[in-house]
Amino acid sequence: MKSFKLILNVWRQKSGNADGKFVRYEVPDVSEHMSFLEMLDVLNEALIGRGEQPVAFDHDCREGICGMCGFMINGDAHGPLPGTTVCQLHMRHFHDGQELWLEPWRARAFPVVRDLMVNRSAFDRVIAAGGFVSVNTGGVPDGNTLPIGKLDADRAMDAAACIGCGACVAMCPNSAAALFTGAKISHLGLLPQGQPERNTRAERMVTQMHAEGFGHCTSTGECEAVCPKHIKLEVIARMNADFLRAKLRSRD
Amino acid sequence: MKSTMSVTSRRLASFYQTAVGKKAVMAVTGLILFLWLVLHVLGNLQIFLGRDQINRYSAFLHATPEALWPVRIILIVAIVLHINSAVLLYLQKVKNRPIGYTKKGNRGATVMSRTMMWSGFALLVFIILHLLHMTTGTIHKDFIAGDVFHNLTFAFHQPTVVALYVLAMALLAMHLYHGLYSFTQSLGVSNPRHTSRIKPLAAAFAIVMASLFALVPIAVLAGFVH
Repeated sequence: MKSFKLILNVWRQKSGNADGKFVRYEVPDVSEHMSFLEMLDVLNEALIGRGEQPVAFDHDCREGICGMCGFMINGDAHGPLPGTTVCQLHMRHFHDGQELWLEPWRARAFPVVRDLMVNRSAFDRVIAAGGFVSVNTGGVPDGNTLPIGKLDADRAMDAAACIGCGACVAMCPNSAAALFTGAKISHLGLLPQGQPERNTRAERMVTQMHAEGFGHCTSTGECEAVCPKHIKLEVIARMNADFLRAKLRSRD
Repeated sequence: MKSTMSVTSRRLASFYQTAVGKKAVMAVTGLILFLWLVLHVLGNLQIFLGRDQINRYSAFLHATPEALWPVRIILIVAIVLHINSAVLLYLQKVKNRPIGYTKKGNRGATVMSRTMMWSGFALLVFIILHLLHMTTGTIHKDFIAGDVFHNLTFAFHQPTVVALYVLAMALLAMHLYHGLYSFTQSLGVSNPRHTSRIKPLAAAFAIVMASLFALVPIAVLAGFVH
């Protein structure tokens, strides 16, 4: 098993109000089989052993499906590998003596909680504004009573793959949440269940997105490039189309 | 009447307040400005048909203010809205990331897409200088009102003037390339089948448009226009 040395410059910040700074750490024996988060676990064990505060970072499933983890590695959201979260990024993609800079997602809408952890509840509020379908419960409908075309079903599923990690916001030069919101709007709006609320959904989610302090889309494609779930830029166009349509059709 | 007005203005405000609304305004006004560039370049190219033709065209435009002024007013409104949206979005963007990245990667965003604000600003400066140069003649060294052919050929015999115009057209090509692609996104045209064609098409339009504009000063300097 190959092991090597890494030099990390980690953003350390005690709390949201405190000033942060980079602190340099050396991790002497990194195994190429470790995930990036396991490598940080090793660093944290060493820090705890020395009586220092461990580096705080968000994580949960560690299999790339929950959306909890994520930070910038040398300015790339989730690191250099496309289509993956930082927990599924393995150390074999790095080399001996490499110096890495770890920074939290930086956006006004994502205030730092501590070190590499940010508060992403702004996403929750965007969802609460309209990222749902209202269903009155009752008898279970018969199977296949709602015909859904294969292509629409596939596209809805592709959009539904969004795990809400926030990498799109972090990578966007304008801190836009367009890819996230577009994914939710596309996921619901492509299905028949999403039609009754399609217009109000777009209006409310876009308005909430603005209120949370997310920026505008300049179609640079940075979000698409780092999205661990390969959400496509076309969801943003769909969000824009739904919003414009909603504004035109609104009778309020 | 009063209540309808306030409802309308409230609607407009809630639309324009969002980034998506501002981008839609930017897309539509950008498209208007692009379409006008097509008219402009068709006028310019008449210089190759000789002194009489281009001067006649200029005289025709000035003799029909009922055509000239509506176009000018539409352009002024479009430019004001385009710039207003750009500046508001830029100020918002700066506010939205109070602490910047120490290291920032780039995963394929083009230079054109990252410099729209600056290429746009440079083009605004160019437009102002260009109006003072060729429309009012304020900064033209030998301006003769109505003699477009003379004004052009005189100006474009100065290599520095030609260099500035060609530089401005290079910036125009950059701005147009990303603008012509991203306006489709902003207005919500989304079909991957088309998207793959929109970018090359935008590049073609941008390069052809800028080249046709740059052709006139270069041709004059090279002595092809008599």
